[in-house]
Amino acid sequence: MSIRAPSTSSSGTKARRSARTRLPAAVALLPTALVVLVVYIGCMLWTVRLSFTSSTLLPKLDWFGLTQYTRLFANDRFVTSAENIVIFGALFISGCLIIGFLMAVFIDQNVRGEGLFRTVFLYPYSMSFVVTGVAWQWFLNPGLGLQKLVRDMGFESFTFDWLVNQRMAIYTIVIAGLWHGSGLTMAIMLAGLRGVDKDLWKAAKVDGIPTWRVYTSVVLPLLRPMVVTATVLLATGVVKLYDLVVAMTLGGPGIATEVPAKFVMDHLFERNNIGLGTAAATIMLITVVIVLAPWVYTRYVRPQGRHT
Amino acid sequence: MSTAVPQGRRPRHLTIGRIGVYVFLVTAALFFLLPLWIMVVTSLKPMDEIRLGNILALPAAMTMDAWTKAWSSACTGLECNGISVGFWNSVRILIPSVILSIIAGAINGYALSFWRVKGANVMFGILLLGAFIPYQVFLYPLVRIFSMTGIYNSLTCIVLVHVIFGLPTMTLLFRNYYAGLPIELFKAARIDGGGFWSIFFRVILPMSTPILVVATILQVTGIWNDFIFGLTFAGRENLPMTVQLNNIVNSTQGERAYNVDMAATMLAALVPLVVYFVSGRWFVRGIAAGAVKG
Repeated sequence: MSIRAPSTSSSGTKARRSARTRLPAAVALLPTALVVLVVYIGCMLWTVRLSFTSSTLLPKLDWFGLTQYTRLFANDRFVTSAENIVIFGALFISGCLIIGFLMAVFIDQNVRGEGLFRTVFLYPYSMSFVVTGVAWQWFLNPGLGLQKLVRDMGFESFTFDWLVNQRMAIYTIVIAGLWHGSGLTMAIMLAGLRGVDKDLWKAAKVDGIPTWRVYTSVVLPLLRPMVVTATVLLATGVVKLYDLVVAMTLGGPGIATEVPAKFVMDHLFERNNIGLGTAAATIMLITVVIVLAPWVYTRYVRPQGRHT
Repeated sequence: MSTAVPQGRRPRHLTIGRIGVYVFLVTAALFFLLPLWIMVVTSLKPMDEIRLGNILALPAAMTMDAWTKAWSSACTGLECNGISVGFWNSVRILIPSVILSIIAGAINGYALSFWRVKGANVMFGILLLGAFIPYQVFLYPLVRIFSMTGIYNSLTCIVLVHVIFGLPTMTLLFRNYYAGLPIELFKAARIDGGGFWSIFFRVILPMSTPILVVATILQVTGIWNDFIFGLTFAGRENLPMTVQLNNIVNSTQGERAYNVDMAATMLAALVPLVVYFVSGRWFVRGIAAGAVKG
């Protein structure tokens, strides 16, 4: 916390002097203030405004009411995108948390080669989603990858064609996502586990509580801040989901793996439908605000007078 | 560990539970290593071996042809100069973007932590919220602004975009770090008559090494791995490696040269992997610090 009580002896000359010395600080913050105004506020409002116009290839500033929005929700591609991001978000966040927590717990058992396991679990996170997508696309390709591998072992009827199966393709994106992101959760949880008091373990041992019970009933509640941190990080990843889909399936087969971010990009830069694209972006914005609002409120608004 | 007092839990002998722990960890490790293994062996095989053989098998006739081809002659759309073009573009984007975004973050963090400027906290609050807003909300107006100023699709443009969208994380990172420094340091420097910049350069910056390392790791991996900004703002001349990789892999006509694809993928992953292996624990610290902790 960087709050300092204002100096009590604020005589007139001192106040004037400090105002002058604070000027360079204000000037230093000016570029960021400009970016906040122009980009973070200005561009956002501009996008929202455009979603109420009939803009196609070029932006117009007419008034089109909610027409773009009614079109949007009647658009199969968008509805599929929205469903997909819900499926992906739920499975990706819960999957990363569960797998990450398990890996952290198992590593925490005084195992040999701990550093090696940590390194192996986390390395995918350092690579780009494009790399992840390409690698998994190749591995899950029915004619060349996993399916062929198992068939060559003698299981002739083995089928794993999720990547080219309309109903299952979104789950391959989830698998690649889990591969990419679980290690991060593991690292965060492990840091939390290392902070658990040793005496707690001793006490639990004395009471004869089985290890797994201690983890689920005692340790997990202690890791709450870690879970929140991990969830926030994973959730921002869900909103940004774009390059993984582009590299892995390009939204296909058909429109089976379309996601909102890709819908917006396609309509803004390829399909020349700015009105529809900005409407979809605005829906993304509203969704994020709805998710964020309670969190921001409980953290920053309710505790009166506390600065962040 | 210089004392002879036994620490930690007693070393247990192999029980069913211990075996279970290792089975779980090894299985998980295999799941994480499998794609990498497949990429490496595939990139070292000739095409006919890929078509007929087992994807897990070591190459029978090991060849580096795919790597040289991926680097210098694979086709990214119409041009066939390999992914090396993308590599150098990424380097040209990376260096100024990383330096500028870190400078911006350090100055902001310092000003926010030590100087009370009216409205600065409100600005910082908006900036933090901005970190959660999907990029798609800003992209189109930004393209228009850059077009009007005439720098759209240039190196300047992509660097600016990286700096703009790096601001929330970088500012937060430095602000949190500086908030942890003893305020007495700053007060003493003020009494000695230091001004805004002289205190920053002489007192604060020399103490910032750890956070500078964390910020560098964070930005290098983040900017190197960026796809969406490069695609939107860099322009055809400056497409970064990620975009070029996607072009090589997903826009090939006719039969795909999987060994070249895999080699190109490995090449694109090389820089962040090196950063990851060299930085070790710092990498985790960087990511965790990048998470918003109020």
